[in-house]
Amino acid sequence: MKIDEIIALVGGRLIEGNNTENEEVTRAFASDLMSDVLTIKDASSLLLITGLANTQTIRTCEMAEVRYVLFVRGKKVTDEMKELAEDNNMVLMETSYSMYKVAGILYANNIQPLY
Amino acid sequence: MLLEYQVNGGDFTNAGSVSSNVKKMMRQLGVDSSVVKRTVVALYEAEVNIVAHAYRGVITVDLQPDKIYIKLADEGPGIADISQAMQEGYSTASVAVREMGFGAGMGLPNIKANSDILNVNSVVGKGTTVEITNNF
Repeated sequence: MKIDEIIALVGGRLIEGNNTENEEVTRAFASDLMSDVLTIKDASSLLLITGLANTQTIRTCEMAEVRYVLFVRGKKVTDEMKELAEDNNMVLMETSYSMYKVAGILYANNIQPLY
Repeated sequence: MLLEYQVNGGDFTNAGSVSSNVKKMMRQLGVDSSVVKRTVVALYEAEVNIVAHAYRGVITVDLQPDKIYIKLADEGPGIADISQAMQEGYSTASVAVREMGFGAGMGLPNIKANSDILNVNSVVGKGTTVEITNNF
């Protein structure tokens, strides 16, 4: 699924990321626990859905090689997070929807679970 | 190539900057991407452990043509029972650490899973030394 489609489905907005037109997400993982994110072996085409918005979220994704992150529950990306994400060529999105609602919508639209 | 970094306990703003530097360096040297990932995940968990539990620490990275050796030596409370700390789910992390998305008792087990050789030594009241070796 294209980034634009995800954003439209969850009533969200793109916060960070350029030239995302040709990028696709096929799988998702939802967690506020970064230790869980660090156990992901293959993060290719994977979207992280999280309500944890701090610099460690971005650092964790950098190490786990998660490129796409959707912040839920109206959590805001700070300038510092944005800079770190830009350095690591990441795509950040925000939505006011809850994690449960986002997961339900994306699952119903054929985004596969990681496990 | 030998590099040394200072890490301060409680400094969550910069937690991960050492791991980030090491990741960039390994990539520039053309190390296999799966080894880079395993190494930086192990290093990042260990770096966060210093920030979360210790007063300060020194991370020494020795990058050789066929392997990377990382030593994280901290001054802190130490670990009373290392085998217990290696169990998934055991944690002594503070509320502040948990709010950062850590402290679920998965750090040391995940470091072990991502290291070829792992040594953990600790003296209660003095500090902990974690040594990680990954072969290329």
